[in-house]
Order: sequence, then structure tokens, then C-alpha cells
Amino acid sequence: MPNNRIRDAIIALSGLVISLGSIYLFATSFTGGSVYFPFPFEPTAQVMFVIEMAIALLLLYLGIKFKQYLAVLLVLVQTAITLYFEMTMAGGLEPVKNLFIDEFSIIMALIIGIIGSLIAVYATSYMNTYHEHHPEVRDRRKMFFFVVFVFLAAMFGLVFSNNLLWVFFFWEITTLSSFLLIGYSETEEATNNAFLALKLNLLGGIAFAASFLYLASVDPAGGLFELDALIASGQSVAIIPAVLICFAGLTKAAQMPFSGWLVGAMVAPTPVSALLHSSTMVKAGVYIIVRFAPVLLGTLAGVAFGMVGAVTFLLASAIAISQTNAKKVLAYSTIANLGLIVACASVGTPELVWAAIMLIIFHAVAKSLLFLCVGTVEHRTGSRDIEDMDGLIVKFPKIAVMIAIGIAGMFLAPFGMLISKWAAIEGFIDAPFGIVFVTILAFGSAVTVFFWAKWMGKILAVTPFGENLEGTVSRGKWVVLSSLAALTVLAALLFPLVSSVLIEPYVLGVYGETARLAQDNIIIMLLMVLLLLFLPLSLYTSSKESRKLPVYMGGRSTTPDLKFAGSLGIQREMTTRNYYFEEYFGEKKLLRWGNPVCILLILVAAALVAWGMSQGVIL
Amino acid sequence: MTSIITAIVFLILAPLLGGLIAGIDRKVTARMQGRVGPPVLQPFYDVAKLFEKEDVTVTPSQNLYILAYLVFMAVSGAYFFAGGDFLLVIFAFTLAHIFIVLGAYAAYSPYSYIGAERELITLMAYEPMVILTAVGLYMVTGSFYISDIATSTVPAILYLPGVFLGFLTILTIKLRKSPFDISTSHHAHQELVKGLTTEFAGPVLGKIEIAHWYETVVLLGMIYLFFGFNPVLAVVVIALAYLLEIFIDNTFSRMKWQWTMKSGWGVAAILGFLNLVIVYYYYVGV
Amino acid sequence: MAYLKKSPWLLHYDASSCNGCDIEVLACLTPLYDVERFGIINTGNPKHADVFVITGGINEINREVVKNTYEQIPDPKVVVAVGICACSGGVFRECYNMAGGVDQVIPVDVYVPGCAARPESIIDGIVKALGILEEKRTAMKETERQHGN
Repeated sequence: MPNNRIRDAIIALSGLVISLGSIYLFATSFTGGSVYFPFPFEPTAQVMFVIEMAIALLLLYLGIKFKQYLAVLLVLVQTAITLYFEMTMAGGLEPVKNLFIDEFSIIMALIIGIIGSLIAVYATSYMNTYHEHHPEVRDRRKMFFFVVFVFLAAMFGLVFSNNLLWVFFFWEITTLSSFLLIGYSETEEATNNAFLALKLNLLGGIAFAASFLYLASVDPAGGLFELDALIASGQSVAIIPAVLICFAGLTKAAQMPFSGWLVGAMVAPTPVSALLHSSTMVKAGVYIIVRFAPVLLGTLAGVAFGMVGAVTFLLASAIAISQTNAKKVLAYSTIANLGLIVACASVGTPELVWAAIMLIIFHAVAKSLLFLCVGTVEHRTGSRDIEDMDGLIVKFPKIAVMIAIGIAGMFLAPFGMLISKWAAIEGFIDAPFGIVFVTILAFGSAVTVFFWAKWMGKILAVTPFGENLEGTVSRGKWVVLSSLAALTVLAALLFPLVSSVLIEPYVLGVYGETARLAQDNIIIMLLMVLLLLFLPLSLYTSSKESRKLPVYMGGRSTTPDLKFAGSLGIQREMTTRNYYFEEYFGEKKLLRWGNPVCILLILVAAALVAWGMSQGVIL
Repeated sequence: MTSIITAIVFLILAPLLGGLIAGIDRKVTARMQGRVGPPVLQPFYDVAKLFEKEDVTVTPSQNLYILAYLVFMAVSGAYFFAGGDFLLVIFAFTLAHIFIVLGAYAAYSPYSYIGAERELITLMAYEPMVILTAVGLYMVTGSFYISDIATSTVPAILYLPGVFLGFLTILTIKLRKSPFDISTSHHAHQELVKGLTTEFAGPVLGKIEIAHWYETVVLLGMIYLFFGFNPVLAVVVIALAYLLEIFIDNTFSRMKWQWTMKSGWGVAAILGFLNLVIVYYYYVGV
Repeated sequence: MAYLKKSPWLLHYDASSCNGCDIEVLACLTPLYDVERFGIINTGNPKHADVFVITGGINEINREVVKNTYEQIPDPKVVVAVGICACSGGVFRECYNMAGGVDQVIPVDVYVPGCAARPESIIDGIVKALGILEEKRTAMKETERQHGN
């Protein structure tokens, strides 16, 4: 396997270069505000057009090969729109400021660069084991890692493009990359789910492409294709493209009713899930909505989109309660958190945009950590079921602690996600329809506490049996996992810095005003983090060892692995199971409500904008 | 400066006050049942005894979780009385509760395990209403800071009667009173053995009791916030509210967890939400 | 200090009693006798208990259970055998499956005879046990100090 080793080394090196690069970018340009680069448009656009057409042909071929005619139809529609646009309208376009950097781009670049490359590095050793465990899967690692890096590159392109046509180009590449990665194992399920992801994302792509027709008809010179110009042009011009593009954002961010593709994407190898959920793909969706937040601010369409996010947050969190599959819990929690981000960004006040960006950061760190930990556990124990994670703290102490850190990062004060939820609650109160949002948020976060805490309890349960099996996790994996765990804690410690250096300047630049948490609250939160870090020390300081007793089993004497003599001399085993409330929070049950409600909300948003346009008002 | 002093006063006096309230609770309960009841200081005797007992555990990590539970309960209570941000206080309380739940899970005992799951159900049941209470007080007084809310001259109760009733309902859950004491079975000790606290003994159990005392004081302090405009009235209402809780405790049998969920979420969705909508339109005037 | 005496929490276990004594034990909790006056609480959990109240004699099935439960009570602790069966096996003493009184398995501190034992005598027995509990605590402290040295 010398080839593999060389490849692994190259990947590790590239990962290092990419993350150092993004840190270097941060260090050199975080004070710069928005910087625009007049990168030449014409030759690049032609290359992009050729690539787009090539992608369309590839998708058409695959769609026909696997008899996915709906996908074929969608590709055809989208290609028709782009072709029509290129033939009739693109000629006169001369956007100048094609590339740019601002604070938000830097944040995204740090997330993509650091977390994305950590996941890529983790994937090298994961994929080795993956192919040992799944000999039936064709070894296509060359393609796999190629696509992973293309994916990261596309994400970088997406966040640095100021030209909407370019954003769209990179957008389509992320769709294609995720399609290829989800279908990696080539099983029927994987192929179907890959096509599901493709179809739903193409829906968004069509909306995205449609916005170009509108923009070109409004401004044939193409000045509005520059993102900053479009956003600055005012709601009366920008609202239609904003709604179309944010609709694309909803599909990519897996909001209801499009959430199915992200859940289906679980069939892919775990690093792919980690990538899709934390640093790429879904983050592209929310990224674009956050960009358009100032346009949506104060519009009913924005409120309707926000409500899609809020409903998704509540219902996806509730569905997460009923799931025993750890990856599915993570998937639904991602959908829920993206819903929260979408809700914040669509309503779009400065406070809420602040909260949304905070959520993006914290979610990326904690979620990638959780996915990679679950992937490791799955490889070692052969199960990703939460019910099989009893006493993980005994069998895999380090990984269990890392999962606990990740989970704490997802829902506990003083860690990241909670800070943002808190800011979101405060932000929503003063926003239109705020009370509805706040109430949904209150319920949603209660539900969140439940499903995370019961999982956390499961893995921290100290079973009297079991032994440490952690031994042979490879060093590369350790490096990645511990970096991510450290990042989760650091994010909680350093968030005031991130806020003042990057987020506040960005919000200030966009709105002319900014939001932040009160100073004394920050101090209290930091004290809490420190307290949490120091409390474990009390284990070492307790002077006398307390006497150990077995658990109370109704007075029955038990064996060390908690077997006891039942009636009629039959030996029984003590087992515990979490509550899942299938009958209340079942997946099918809630989706049956969530999908129609969200479809309705999206239609309402569209109707409002259309009607408003016809009347010449912005609703 | 005053906030630091009130925080310190809370840290010292709250356990005394909380223990006293628990003692009065037991005495009143006994009288309601036609008994003499234990001395008012009985809770202090109990805790003092627990600290005299041997320290036994199933796993050492339990002690760590309970220490964290006590510390965070005290810290968040101190932050409440220092006049801090209401939402942060709520989240810190949640953190404290998660610690006792984790302690119960850590023991890997069937009884404490079910107790922990049920405790999470109660947590899920009351959380929305607590947040809506904070939001409601913010809408009326214009601040999330306890210091501002408590000293506000706005008669919050007049604007927030629904929220107040909702809060009283979840107060019953939070004080672990019947019909909602599903996680520890406060009265019928034999059901679920003792749920959440089954595997804690001696000094560790004593810490849990002290943490409860802290919590009781903070919860009653939250009632005060509705009546900040008139401190005397506030104290009277707190006393009446607690008597009402004791009365409910003694007249209801324990219900199933579904009932806890439906009560907690029901009051939040109906009383809390409707009340807030009315206040919202009254103020914002959309 | 002697808070143990002021707050004895007891655990009631029915070994193989005919339920006569059990009813009398529960009668102590009723308003008529109200043992909570003395801070007594009937816990269901050995880990919270100080006083182990057993009714009925020991047979082969419950021998392990009594022993196990006793071991799970943190020190200091006392055992009160309530009723003649718990004291000596009573009328069942000669049965093929009986081991005899509770003291066949664990050390008993107070014997409360009677068939069934009257609530008054049960309360009396428990109050006696509290004195022993206090002695045990002092002894425990003593050994702890010696270990410390």
C-alpha cells in the first residue's frame, strides 16, 4: 500500500497548507474591511461555462444510466435556463468586482480551511479502515479525495466570489461534489440518496439560475451581478433575486421540506457526513442567506422564510428525540440548527445576523467533532446506535469525553451554541412576529436539551463491566479529534474575541450598527467555562476514598456485569434504554406536519413578493 | 458593589432560608394531614446527619457531578440575586440540572437511570415556560437584568397574569411537588426507590439537599419579579404561592409523565404565549 | 454532634412476614402515631437508610436479599427485628425452609417481640435503636481517628 501512504502524506500536507493559509489570510486581512478584486471576468466566465456544461452532460449521463428521469428533467431545465441566459443576455455583462474578502468571508474561510482540512486528514485513516470493513465497496479513494478537495475549493470560491454568476458556478460544484460523495459506496441506497440530494439541490439551482434572468433584464450592463451592488441596490430591486437565491439556500441548508437529502446522506462514509454538516454544503446555504439578510430585513417574505427555519428547528429537534441512530440524531440536530440560523438570517436584524454567524461557527466546530467521534466509535464497535453506547466512558474514555465536549458544545451554557440561542432569543423579541419566533425557540431548545442530555448520560454511564479498548485508534485520528475538541472549548473561551474582531465589524459594515453581548455576561460565561475546566480537579483532591458499593438492585445480589437471579431460577440481565417517544415525536409523524407547513410558508413568501411587485410595494 | 454583596448574602443565607422553608413545608404538610409533624428545623437535622454518615458511592465520578451540581446551583442563584441577566441565569440552572442528571446516569443503576430520564422529561416540560417568563418580564420592564426587573415600578403582574399562572404551574414541577414528582417520588419513597437520587448517599445526598434549598430560594425570588413594584405585596404573594404549592402537593396523587409534559407545554403554549401576544400588540401596536 | 438521633431514616423490609407486622409498621406513620415527629422517614432505599427494620423470618430465598440490603446501608446503621418471626423465626421456626430469625444472617441490635408487634412497641424499639446508632457513630469516629493517626 505504498500508494496509500504517499496519498495520505500529501493529504496531510495539503490540509496543513490549507489551514495555515486560511489562518494567514485571517491574520493579514482581518482589519481590512471589504476588499474587492477586479479579477478579469470574460476568460474565467468562459471556462466556467464550459465546465458547467460538462457537469450537466455528466449528470445527464448518470441520470439516464440510473433511470433517474426526474433528475434528468431538472438538469435539462437548469441547463436550458443557463444556456438561454448565456446566449441572449450574457453578452453585455461586464461585472468588475468579481472577487472579494470581508470579515464574513474570512470566518467562512477559517471554518472551511481548518475544519474542512482536519476532516480530510481524518478521512485518510478512516477510509483505510472503511475498506477493510466493507470489502464489497469498490475502492475509489482516488476519486474520493479528489472530490473532497474540489469540494473545499468550491467552498472557498463560493465565499470569495462577489460575482453572482461565479457564486452559482461554485454552488453547482458543491452540489455535484456532494452527489458524488454520497453515492460513494455505490449501493442502491447510496445511489438513490445521492440522487435525492441532487434533485433537491437542483431545485434550488434552478431558482438560483432564474434569478439571473431577472437581474439581466433589470440591468443589462451586469452591475447588479456584483453581490455588494445588488444588496446595496435596495429592496425594490433586490427582493426578487434575494427570494430566489434564498430559496436555493433553503434547499442547500436542508430545511423542511427539503430535509430528506441530508438525512439520506448518512449512507456516505462518516467523514463525508462531517464535511457536509459542518464546513461545506449546508453552510453554503446559510452563508448565502446571511449575505442576503439585509434585503430580507423587514419584509414579510423574510418572515415567512424565517418561519420555515423556525418550524424546521422545532420539528427537527423533536424528531431527533425519536432517533436511536447516532448519525441520524446528528443529522436532525444539524437540520434543526440550520433552521435556527435560517430563522435568524431571514428575519435579518443586526442582532440576529450576529447570532446567525455565531451559530455557524460553533455548529461547525462541535458538529464535526461529534461526527468524527461517532465514526470512530462505529468502526471500533460496529454500531452507531446510541443504545449500544452504554458505558462508552469505560470502553473509550477519551472519545467519550470528546463526545461529551461536543454535545456540551451543542446545548449547554456556557458553550457556544447556547450563547447564540440566547442572542437569538434576545434578538427576536424586537423583531416582527418576534413572539412567535421566541415561543418556537423556547420549545425547540427545551426539546434540544432532552435529546442531547439523554445521549450524554448514556455515554457517561460508568458500567461496572467493560474494559478500555481505546488502544489502536491511529495517531492521525487522535490529532484531528483532539484539535476539534480543543477548538470547541477554545471557541467558548474566545468567542468574545471572534465577535469583536470579525462579526461585529461585519455587522457594522452591513447595517451601520452592531450587536454584542453585554460585557458582564461575557465575564460570567468565561468564569463558568473556567469553573467547568477546573471542577474535574476535585477528583484528585478528595482526601479519602469513598467506599464503593454496587448499585441497588432491589436487594438482589448481582454478578459484576449486573446479571441477577430472576424468578424460577432464570438468570436475567439488567439493561437500560433511553426514552424515544416514537408515538409523539416519530419521524414520519412530524414530517407529515412539517413538510406541508414549510411548503405553504415558501409559497406564501413567493406570493407575497409577486403580489407586492405587481402593486409596486415591498411586503 | 451592591450586587456583589447581595450575591454573597445569597450564598450564605439561601441555604438557611431554603432549609427553613423546607421545614415549614413539612410542618404544614403534616398539619394538613392531621399530624403533628417534625420540628421546623428537621431539614437541617437531616442534612447534618447525612454529613455524619459514611461516604459511599457506586462510582467516584458521581461525587464530581454532584459537586458541580451544587456549585452551579449556587453560582447561578448568586448571579440571579446579583441582578444578572435572567436568560443566563436560566441557562446556568439548566446546566446545574444536567449535572445531577449526569450523576444519576453515571451510577448505571436501573432506578437512578429511569429517574434521570424522567428528570429530563420534567426539564423539557418546564423549560419553555421559564423562558417565556423571562421574555414576558422583558417585554413589560424593558430589561433582561434581574436588578432592573426587580426595581421596576411597572406592575408586571397586571400585564402578565397568564404568564404568572403558567409560572406557578411549572413551579410545581420545579419544586418536585405531586403530581409532578415523577423523577424522585418525593412522598412515596418506594416508587422507583428514589429515582434520580437512589444511588447517592451520605454527604453527597446532603449536597443535593442543599442545592435544592438554593433552588427553592431562587424560584421564590422569581415570583418576586412579578411584584417588584410593591415588595410587601411580593412577600405576601410568595408566601401564598408556596402555601398553594403545598396544598397542591397534598391533594394530588402522582401522575404519569405525559401529564407533566402536557401541563408544562400546555401552560406555556396557551397561557404564556397568548399573554405575550396580547402584551406584544399592546406595546408594539402592530 | 448527634444529628443521627434526630433524623433516623428507616428502611422497612418484609422478609417472610404474614403482613401483620408490616401493617403495624405502617400504622406508625399514620396521623395517630406520626413517627415523623421524631424525624423518622420511611425510605425505600438502603443507601438513604440508617435503621433497617425487618419483619418476618429468614428463609432460603430472602437470605441473600437481607444480607445484600444490609450491606448497602452506609455506616453507622442499626437493625431492628420487628415481630416474633423476625426475632426467632416464631411459629415457622421449625419449617423445612426456614433459617430462623434475622440474626441468623445479619447482626440485630434491637428485638421487638409480638405477634403482631404493637405500634407502640415498634416505636419504642426504634427509639432504643437510636441510642445504639449514636454509640456506633462514636465508635466509628473513634476508629476513623485511629486510622487517621
